[in-house]
Amino acid sequence: MLVRDKMERKLIEGLAPQRLDIMDESGRHHGHAGANPEGESHFRIEIVSKAFEGKPQVARQRLVYSLLAEELRERVHALSLVTLTPDEVTKRN
Amino acid sequence: MSGNPVFDRIQQDLNENSVVLFMKGTPMFPQCGFSAAVVQILSDLGVKFKGIDVLVDPSLRDGIKQFTNWPTIPQLYVKGEFVGGCDIVREMAANGELKGLLKDKGLLS
Repeated sequence: MLVRDKMERKLIEGLAPQRLDIMDESGRHHGHAGANPEGESHFRIEIVSKAFEGKPQVARQRLVYSLLAEELRERVHALSLVTLTPDEVTKRN
Repeated sequence: MSGNPVFDRIQQDLNENSVVLFMKGTPMFPQCGFSAAVVQILSDLGVKFKGIDVLVDPSLRDGIKQFTNWPTIPQLYVKGEFVGGCDIVREMAANGELKGLLKDKGLLS
């Protein structure tokens, strides 16, 4: 199973997100320290979930990191996160 | 004293410096784009900070992740409190929160 798909499954189970975008940006870091030649080392993930309500950004990202602890330890070298609540998305638009 | 020499060293750095950035490389020569981005933000604000290169010591590189309970580097601390990693610092720089925090702590006029 692809790392991307594993992360997607865990985030859906853990956060019931309204929106979830997982972008593999490994190609942009090719040859850079920590990049895996097989790819799937650098990701950008945007999540909109009610699970983030009432939590500061540090707590939201810790929640995501805890769900993806296995992937971060074994394969994923860099994870760029955008963690928003549905209300914050409405305000932004 | 925590009984863990790496944690004690981290705590000592946090006690002795108001703004500490645990990073890959040095402020002059960052070794990672995310670390470089935070150095740039702090430099643009004109705040004095201590950059600590975690690449020179594997025990520090692992230790800071456990100390903060945060799996990635860079990590920014202000007055001993963890502020965030690159994404959070970028967001706080863009919306003015970072400047506000540094002013509140008396680190920027």
